[in-house]
Amino acid sequence: MLHKSNNDAQSTLLQVKNISKKFGDFYANDMLNLSIETGKVHALLGENGAGKSTLVKMMYGALQPTSGSIHWQGQHVSIDSPAHARNLGIGMVFQHFSLFEALTVAENISLALPAQLRQGDLSQRIADLSQDYGLPLNPAALVADLSVGERQRIEIVRCLLQQPKLLIMDEPTAVLTPQEAQALFSTLRRLVEEGCAVLYISHRLEEVKQICHDATILRHGKLVAEVDPQVETAATLAQLMVGASVHQVSRDANDQVGDVLLELSHLYKGSSTPFGVDLVDVNLQVKSGEILAIAGVAGNGQGELFSVISGEECNPNQNFISLLGQISDGLNINQRRCLGAAFVPEERMGHSAVEHLSLTDNILLSRHACIDTESSLDLGWLGIDRNQLAHLNKVIGIDYDVRKSKEDAIAGSLSGGNLQKFVVGRELNRQPKVLVINQPTWGVDAGAAALIRQAVVDLSRQGSAILIISQDLDEIFELADTIAVMSRGQLSPTYAAGDLSREQIGLMMAGSHERSAQGSGA
Amino acid sequence: MQLILEKRAQASDVMNLLSPVLAILITVVMGGLIFAAMGKPPLTALYLYFIDPLTSWWSIEEVLVKAGPLVLIGVGLAVCFKANVWNIGAEGQLTVGALMGAIIPVLWGEWQSPLALLAMLCLGALGGALFALIPAWLKTHFGVNEILTSLMLVYIAQLLLDWFVRGPWKDPNGYNFPKSVSFEGWHLLPMWGDGRMHLGLVVALGAALVLFWIMRHTLKGFEIKVVGSAPRAGAFAGFSQTKTVWFCFALSGGLAGLAGLIEVAGPIGQLQPHISPNYGFTAIIVAFLGRLNPLGVIFAGILLAISYIGGEGIQIELGISSKITQMFQGMLLFFILMCDTLILYRLKWISAKPNQHTVGHTS
Repeated sequence: MLHKSNNDAQSTLLQVKNISKKFGDFYANDMLNLSIETGKVHALLGENGAGKSTLVKMMYGALQPTSGSIHWQGQHVSIDSPAHARNLGIGMVFQHFSLFEALTVAENISLALPAQLRQGDLSQRIADLSQDYGLPLNPAALVADLSVGERQRIEIVRCLLQQPKLLIMDEPTAVLTPQEAQALFSTLRRLVEEGCAVLYISHRLEEVKQICHDATILRHGKLVAEVDPQVETAATLAQLMVGASVHQVSRDANDQVGDVLLELSHLYKGSSTPFGVDLVDVNLQVKSGEILAIAGVAGNGQGELFSVISGEECNPNQNFISLLGQISDGLNINQRRCLGAAFVPEERMGHSAVEHLSLTDNILLSRHACIDTESSLDLGWLGIDRNQLAHLNKVIGIDYDVRKSKEDAIAGSLSGGNLQKFVVGRELNRQPKVLVINQPTWGVDAGAAALIRQAVVDLSRQGSAILIISQDLDEIFELADTIAVMSRGQLSPTYAAGDLSREQIGLMMAGSHERSAQGSGA
Repeated sequence: MQLILEKRAQASDVMNLLSPVLAILITVVMGGLIFAAMGKPPLTALYLYFIDPLTSWWSIEEVLVKAGPLVLIGVGLAVCFKANVWNIGAEGQLTVGALMGAIIPVLWGEWQSPLALLAMLCLGALGGALFALIPAWLKTHFGVNEILTSLMLVYIAQLLLDWFVRGPWKDPNGYNFPKSVSFEGWHLLPMWGDGRMHLGLVVALGAALVLFWIMRHTLKGFEIKVVGSAPRAGAFAGFSQTKTVWFCFALSGGLAGLAGLIEVAGPIGQLQPHISPNYGFTAIIVAFLGRLNPLGVIFAGILLAISYIGGEGIQIELGISSKITQMFQGMLLFFILMCDTLILYRLKWISAKPNQHTVGHTS
C-alpha cells in the first residue's frame, strides 16, 4: 500500500485517536486516545462499566466507533469485523470462552481457524506450540473434562496459531489460581520478548504492577490517566480508577462466636446436569457471629453447593444439612427462609432478580412466603400488599444506598452495583440468622463492594452465621474468620483465616487437598 | 442504503400495543390484494368480510356466539403461554370436554334439573382438564415436548368423538345419522335474544375478568409470569416449575372442555362428528392478538369471530370459498408474530460508510 505512515515512532503498533462510542444518549467511550507499542504489555484499567470492553470491542471489530479513528502500523483502518481484525494480526482472548464442551481441544481450535491454517497436522502443531509456550494442552482431550485454566489455554493457543502482532486479553486471571496466573505471566513475557504487543485488561492492580509496562486508566468512559505502573502503587492506581479513596471495611475481632447455625455433614450430591460437578463428602460448620468463606476457581461445584444449601434443589430422605439445629434436606427454599435463612445467588439477572420486573416485584420474589414484615405480603384472592412492598423498597433503597432513576424502577435499569446492593439489602433487611451469599461483589464497582462487605460484616457481628462463596481472594481475606477451599466438588477442611497464606489457598484451589481415591467423577 | 434490525435497549411498550393493530392492517391490505388477484372487487369484499357482519343485529348475535368459545379458550391459553407452557391441543380438550359433559343427556336423559346442567358444565371442564393433564404428565415426568403431545392428542380426541357418535352413543331413532340424541330441557343452556345467544357468553366474560384479576393482582399470577420469563428466578422464589405446568394445563384444558360442552349444550344441542370450526386452534391466535392479557383476549375473540361470520358472508355474496377464513386467520397470526419482532428490535436504515479507508490485507 502507498499510504504514508504519519507516525514517526516505528514501534507504535496500534493507535486510537479521539474515539467515541455512543449507545443511545450514553457515551460508553468519550474521546479516548491510546497507543500500544510493540514489545510491551499495555494495561487497560478501570472499574466495571468504565468502558474497557467497549473500547477493545472496537479494536477487535466487534463494534464500530461513533467517531474517531484507529491506526494500525501508522495507517488509518476501519476494522469491520473480528475476521478483519484477525487478518490484520489482532487476536483476542475473551473473558467468557466460546468452546463446545462435547468436542476435543483440536476440534474446537479447528472450528475457529481460517481454512488455510487448518491444513496439515493441526493436532501436532497445537501440541508443539502449547509445549513451546508453556501452555500444556492435550489436543485430543474433551473440553468438558478440562479446568477453566486449561480452557483459557485453548483460547490463547487458538490466537497464537494465527501469529498475532497484538494479543488482547480480557480479565484473563479472573478464572485462574495464583499459580496458573504466574504461568500465564511467563507466557506473556515470552510473547512480548518475541515482539508481540499485549493489551491487558484488568482491575487487579498487583498483577498490573507485576507485568505491565504502560497503563491507561478509564473512568465513566473517559480517559483519566496514562501512567507507568512500575512507579505507581496499588493504592494510587485504585484511587485513579475509582476517583476517590475507597472505604475500608472495618471489622472487630469476633469474640461473640456461638452455636453452630449451619452445618453440612458428609454431603454427597450427584450433578443434575451433564457437565455439572458432583459434590463429594462436603463438611462444614458456620457458627453464630462467624463468617466462613469458600474460596475456589469458578465451576468447581460452588453453584451446585449453593443450590443444595438454599433448597432450590431439595433432597427429601437425606440428612446432610442442618439449619439452625433442624435437618433441612427435605425443606424447600421458602421453608428454609422461614427458619431464618437468606440466600443471595451469584447471577443477578434472571436468578436473584428478574430484569423486566419492578423493584417491588423483585422484593416479592424472595419475600412472599414468610411473615418477617408487619403482616403477610400475600393477601390471597385480594392480591398483594403493595403498600408494604413500596415501604420495604423505600427502606432498602435508603439503607443500602440504591441509586435508581425512579422509586420503583425496573430492575434491569439499575447498574450492576446498585442492583447488587438492592438484592443484598432485600435479604439483609430480614435480619436473617443464616446468610449464604455466592460471589457477593462479582462485577460490582468498588464503592458498592465496600458497602456490601461492610453490611455483611455488621450482620455477622450481630450474631448471624454467614457463608460466603467467592473467587476473590482479596475479598476473602477482608471478610472471613474461617476459610475453606473448593476444587472439583470437594471441600478442604476449614482453617482460621490467619493461618492461611495466598499460596496455600492457591495450592488447594488446584486440588492439593483432594482425596485422590474419590476423584472428580467427571 | 441497507435496512437492518437493531436490538432495542428495552422492550417497547408502545410496540406491544401497536403490533396487533399493525398486523391487522397488513392482513387487511394483503387480503385486499388477494381478492383483487382473484378478480373480485377488493373494497366490496373487505367490506363484506369485516364490516357487514356488524351491520345487522342477527349477525352481531352470531359474532358474539362465536366469540364466546374463542374468548373462553383464549384466556386459558393466554395464561398458559405467559408461563411459557405451550398447550396447542385446546381443540382436543374441547372435544373431550363435550364428550364428558354429554354423559348426562345421553346416559341419564330422564334427570331433568338445574343440577343436571351444573353437573354437565362441571364434567365438561373436568374432561378437558384431565385430557390436558396427559401432555403435562408426559412433560414433567419424561421431558416430552408438550407442543407435540398436546397437538397429537387432538386427533385422538376427534377420532374418539367420531367413534362414540357412530357407535355406542348413536341416537337409536336417528335414521342412522352419526349423531347422539338431541339434548332437551335442562340439558340445554338458557338462551335469549333471537334464540342463539346463550349462557356461554356470560361464562366466557366471567372467566376473562377472573383471570385478569388473578394475573394482575395475585401471587399466583406473579408466579406464572416469573416462572415463564425467568425460570431460575422462579426456583429462587420457591415456585415450582412442575406445578406451574400442571396448573396451566389443567386451567386451559378445563376452560377448553367447558367451551366444548357449552357448544354441544348450546348452539348445537347434540353430539355430532364435528362440533367446532377449529375454535381450539383459532384461540391460539386470539391469545396472541390479545397480548396474552385476558381483557385483550375479549377484543381479539370478537375480531376472530367476525372473521368466521365474514367468511360465510363473502361465500354467499361473492362466491368465494369460505376457506378464506382460515387464510385470513393464518395471515393474521403470521403478521402478528412478524410485528412482535418490533417489540424487541427497531428497523433502521444505515447508509454505506462514508469514507472507507480500509487498508489492504497485504502490506
